[in-house]
Amino acid sequence: MSSSLTEPTAPATHDHALKPEKSNLGLMRPDHSKSVIIDWLTTVDHKKIGIMYGAMALFFLLVGGLEALIIRAQLIVPENDLVSAERYNQLFTMHGTTMIFLAIMPLNAAFFNFLVPLQIGARDVAFPRINSFSLWAFVAGALVLNFSWLMQAFSELGWFTASGPTAGMTDFVPGMGWFGYAPLTERQFTGVGTDFWIMGLQILGIASLSAAMNFIATIINMRAPGMKMMRLPVFTWMTLIVSLLIVFAFPAITIALGQLMFDRVFDTSFFQVAQGGQPILWQHLFWIFGHPEVYILVLPAMGIVSEVLPTFSKKPLFGYSIVVFSGAVIGFLGFAVWSHHMFTTGLGKVATAAFSLLTMAIAVPTGVKIFNWIGTLWGGRVRFDAPMIFSVGFIWMFMMGGFSGIMHSAAPADAQQQDSYFVIAHFHYVAIGGILLASISGLYFWLPKILGKMWAGKLSTWVAILSTVGLNVTFFPMHFLGLIGMPRRTHTYLSGFGWDSYNMVCSIGAFILGFSILLFVIDIILLMTKGKPAGNDPWDARTLEWATTSPPRSYNFARTPIIPARDALWEHKHGAENRKITFVDEGSHGIHMPSQSWMPFVASFGFIPLGLGLCLMQAGVAYMGYVTISGLVIITLGATLWAIEGPGGYHIHPKEDEI
Amino acid sequence: MSDDAHNNDSHHNLMVDNKKLFMWLFLGSDCMFFGTMISTHLIYRKLYPESFDPTSLFSLELTSFSTFILLMSSFLMALAVSAMHKSDIKSFRRNTLGVIFFGLIFLACQVYEFTEFVHEGLTLKSGTFGSTFFMLTGTHGVHVAIGLFWLTCMYFYSFTGKMDPHESAIDVEVAGLYWHFVDIVWIIIFTVIYLIEFIK
Repeated sequence: MSSSLTEPTAPATHDHALKPEKSNLGLMRPDHSKSVIIDWLTTVDHKKIGIMYGAMALFFLLVGGLEALIIRAQLIVPENDLVSAERYNQLFTMHGTTMIFLAIMPLNAAFFNFLVPLQIGARDVAFPRINSFSLWAFVAGALVLNFSWLMQAFSELGWFTASGPTAGMTDFVPGMGWFGYAPLTERQFTGVGTDFWIMGLQILGIASLSAAMNFIATIINMRAPGMKMMRLPVFTWMTLIVSLLIVFAFPAITIALGQLMFDRVFDTSFFQVAQGGQPILWQHLFWIFGHPEVYILVLPAMGIVSEVLPTFSKKPLFGYSIVVFSGAVIGFLGFAVWSHHMFTTGLGKVATAAFSLLTMAIAVPTGVKIFNWIGTLWGGRVRFDAPMIFSVGFIWMFMMGGFSGIMHSAAPADAQQQDSYFVIAHFHYVAIGGILLASISGLYFWLPKILGKMWAGKLSTWVAILSTVGLNVTFFPMHFLGLIGMPRRTHTYLSGFGWDSYNMVCSIGAFILGFSILLFVIDIILLMTKGKPAGNDPWDARTLEWATTSPPRSYNFARTPIIPARDALWEHKHGAENRKITFVDEGSHGIHMPSQSWMPFVASFGFIPLGLGLCLMQAGVAYMGYVTISGLVIITLGATLWAIEGPGGYHIHPKEDEI
Repeated sequence: MSDDAHNNDSHHNLMVDNKKLFMWLFLGSDCMFFGTMISTHLIYRKLYPESFDPTSLFSLELTSFSTFILLMSSFLMALAVSAMHKSDIKSFRRNTLGVIFFGLIFLACQVYEFTEFVHEGLTLKSGTFGSTFFMLTGTHGVHVAIGLFWLTCMYFYSFTGKMDPHESAIDVEVAGLYWHFVDIVWIIIFTVIYLIEFIK
């Protein structure tokens, strides 16, 4: 293995760092804080923010997984009464919402945060403090959403009874499905749980939107010299496309949630049938967001796989430009297929045919990508390290999900499959076989860079075997279950429909899958405790993040690299003489680092009283109006002080040998 | 408002300042926000054409006047941006004060209009028209109010002497982009919510 860019050195010290200036508020910024907690709460370092996103995502992956296991335990035998029907509804609602908004999206955000600035040769994202705000707003949204469990517990213990607009209702956890179809979400039918769901998603939307705008500005503006758009790593390309999808898709759900909130709080008529409201409008608005959301979830997974496969095949990605272009086409078409979720609502022949056709069309760029990944493997020197096993597994399992997806695009077939276990099988093949396998692949690939430690044991093989077996045992029988008529969202079922053995198998598979995730968590803990130093470039990889130290120093690159080619590090290591990475002469002013700040944390903290106040007001808790207003005041104050304190900053002078 | 951490070593590959790019992206997103609300209004209008006749309620004179005022505030905003680019802080203050004054007149007109409508019997609860109308124009009003808060902060900040000519010019320009956008959205709202009702 050839020498990498930076000679290994002692970690950076702040010996030569200047003291931070006082901010415009006359206060010291929390730079170089002695307290670890203050340091992490106020950090603007994209790498620390990425790690926090990742930790939160893994935590909620376990929470959502636990909810799924309770669901499967309930369905293991006919006429089971492990949980009540109401609790069952809450479990599948929170399982879907948690997995999508609190597990997969933040896991993707963790990868975006950690990798994108490193891959484009930047020192940080374009707006470090907005990045911190996005993280803490996400945490606030997650807290507001899951606070509902606490309320439910209080209610069960008899400590709390709802009064006011939702008097008499006993459901405090959302229980109407993750898509919240109207009019079930109206206040005649569901209690405060729906309000927690509305406020939680609304806050999470703010977090996603601000993060997405930040990443677009970063990728477009912060690239190192020579890093042309068509030299960007594919993962960074997918981040850009996903961020654009978030910017244009999230407003639809934000407004729909706002309309629903108005219906519940102010008794407006948006979705209230008795007053002329049209519940179908909710479905349209939700899926105008919801279908691009599917690609928001899956495109980063495709980006990860497009990085892992070339690295372990020792070949450039086959057809780089067509992979990037296909990603863009998928993103674009993603806005034009939302009504395929609504074929059975009676759209009319023309609309049904058009959405059917467009849905089939979207399979083309997806298929192109699959062929390009296989083409990348073809004739390469393939090494089956852990990341590669999961990426190859991704191709296979994701294709399975794609095949059942293309079946749905035919409206007549879809009419049979709608709301049956067939649909569950389809999107879990995409979500677990696609997104989760790719995310695990990405973690096996990049955790040595993130933590600076290398995997030792062979546990990864067991994780791969058990997760793939568990996935298939759980979800493959669901295809049959769906086709022989078992509807989804079923609390329990009678014996004698021929569903019993299938459900038993599904439940056993689910526990195998859960066990594999537990093994994966153990493997991460082993890596953190027993891992040996990874070195800069343990996989002989291709892109720029492997050129710097593991873990990267706060300023990423001591000197800004000048990028000569696509796959910059690979060309630097193995390419021609004129393809070597050179460096910008930075002069002697040192590296400018942004100052840390309390304000993003303060501003996003305000979302907690705002969200909880509004929800509890619906449950008739006293003084909640004041709490809501105090939340608004905190947000406004935080944002204003944020603007006044300014970006601040200090300079670091890396030692000679670090360059 | 000012969070460009890389003043010293920014590359700006697109030759657009980070903050301006961020604001453009926000406005792109905001287009979808307003687009969703305007679509909702038009869908329900088409669905229930006879349910409510707003022509007797709308006062075209008042709303035309407030539209004109908002347009003129946009003109003053452009002057304020141009003044800041020339580092003419006195002219910046004068024009910004004008924008704030005109913005307040617009908001006052809207508050007056809302109270009149409520007195006449059009509320959030009176069917789909009330719901969509108040939510759409109310959201626009909140946008105007946020813009006014922002500009007022900038106006007072200009007295602290901490405004750096180059950086602040970009900050003011970003605020200007927002203000012009809010103005353009109002022109669309005025056309498709108000004026269109009078075509008979």
